[in-house]
Amino acid sequence: MISFEQVGKRYPGGITALADLSLAVESGEMVILSGHSGAGKSTLLRLIPAIERPTQGAVVVNGQNVSALKRAAVPFLRRNLGMIFQDQKLLFDRSAFDNVMLPLAIAGVATRDAGRRVRAALDKVGLLDREKAMPIALSGGEQQRLAIARAVVARPAILIADEPTAHLDDDTARDIAAMFHAFNQVGVTVLVATHHEALFAPFMTRRITLSHGRLGP
Amino acid sequence: MKGWLLHHRQAAGQALRRLTATPVNTLLGALVLGIALALPAGGEMLLANFQRLAQRIAATPQISVFMALDAARKDTAEIESRLRKHAQTREVRFVPREDTLKRLKASEGLGDVIESLPRNPFPDAFVVVPRDEAPEALEAMRAEFAKYPRVEHVQLDSAWVKKLDALLRLTRMAVTFLAAVLGIALIAVTFNTIRLQILTQGAEIEVSRLLGATDAFIRRPFYYFGALQGLAGGLVAWGAVLIATLLLRGPVAELASLYGIEFALHILPLADSALLFGLAALLGWAGAWLSLSRHLQD
Repeated sequence: MISFEQVGKRYPGGITALADLSLAVESGEMVILSGHSGAGKSTLLRLIPAIERPTQGAVVVNGQNVSALKRAAVPFLRRNLGMIFQDQKLLFDRSAFDNVMLPLAIAGVATRDAGRRVRAALDKVGLLDREKAMPIALSGGEQQRLAIARAVVARPAILIADEPTAHLDDDTARDIAAMFHAFNQVGVTVLVATHHEALFAPFMTRRITLSHGRLGP
Repeated sequence: MKGWLLHHRQAAGQALRRLTATPVNTLLGALVLGIALALPAGGEMLLANFQRLAQRIAATPQISVFMALDAARKDTAEIESRLRKHAQTREVRFVPREDTLKRLKASEGLGDVIESLPRNPFPDAFVVVPRDEAPEALEAMRAEFAKYPRVEHVQLDSAWVKKLDALLRLTRMAVTFLAAVLGIALIAVTFNTIRLQILTQGAEIEVSRLLGATDAFIRRPFYYFGALQGLAGGLVAWGAVLIATLLLRGPVAELASLYGIEFALHILPLADSALLFGLAALLGWAGAWLSLSRHLQD
């Protein structure tokens, strides 16, 4: 479903984030990406939705070489991916409901249908009773769950999360990890970059370690 | 098609929400644009009224034939019959010199002056309405009538109609020029407003892109924003011109009546109003387009 073929990413200034990286993630798989800070986890994840392009090799998602994708085609690639960002990127000028609505508005889902799906997504992350709340009024864990609801509302086949449990207390972090596992159980391919590999250990998932931009031990 | 309509409805709704979210800014923006647009719109209103008036006055060209002051009744009668028999005249109206004197004595200001004259300074006159209104035909008739015996002077009214026409054309050009200059101002104002909008909506633009929004999706609300703001300016301008028209109507009618003309100032014609709204919206859209191509980073 996702494959990296001898991918290299070098930033201007000669910093190498990824070097000669090859790996494949099968459909329905859950992969935990670990490694020290600056190992290239975030860069790897950012190559999948074409937020960044590799300087070498090819990144193939669903049979599509996204590293060579035309600019105009990128939005349609992203609509098939659910993304959870390190800094969440919630919009603080609108309610939880409207935050989750955004991907559906972008995809052009009819309003009535969309409302039902937004509530279903909020329900899945346990925020249905907070739909009118503004993100600023939500706790850190609730904000993270809101970001997850927004990522899954369009029912993507692939879920990508960058440090989804950072800054959360242990109980909340465990909840979030379980949530990803639950999505994987219903067939979603999940790719999580994290420092807290231990949180995901109970789920017996595949683990990939990065070290200095290469596959580690 | 349905999705496309939905996107446009959402974009329009979003633009409206952004406009109403900052009512004071929106109002001030509309006022700035409105006042700028009110100048050419007001000029257009005056011009349309002038044109209406000019058309009414000059609808049918006339030829005035003045007899010599010392022409006898019988000479005048002779000319009258010749004019009436002339193949090219449609209507001949005789204006006796006594009537002219009486009419001018009655008029404001002139009465005293005329009273003081030792004798009637006005000649007998005919007002001829020609069948053929072509300038060459009128000129030919003027030349012919001037040769009639005891005819002192023949005046073609088309001369001042031409002058009026030239004046109106000049005014039209001035109004157009004013409209062009202030149209550019409208684009500039929108350009800046949209620039600020792009800055304020930075987070939303970034997140929307990450969630798979196309360029069109991101730009659409800004286009609507620019067009709606322009339209609001157009409405303010229209309202300002309407108020000015209603306020001026009384004084203008009074002034016109002093010249013996019955004239009521009309409001901006429907076609011009539509043009005002259309152009205001279009220019707002254009300002948004310019600003987006300049300030929206890909």
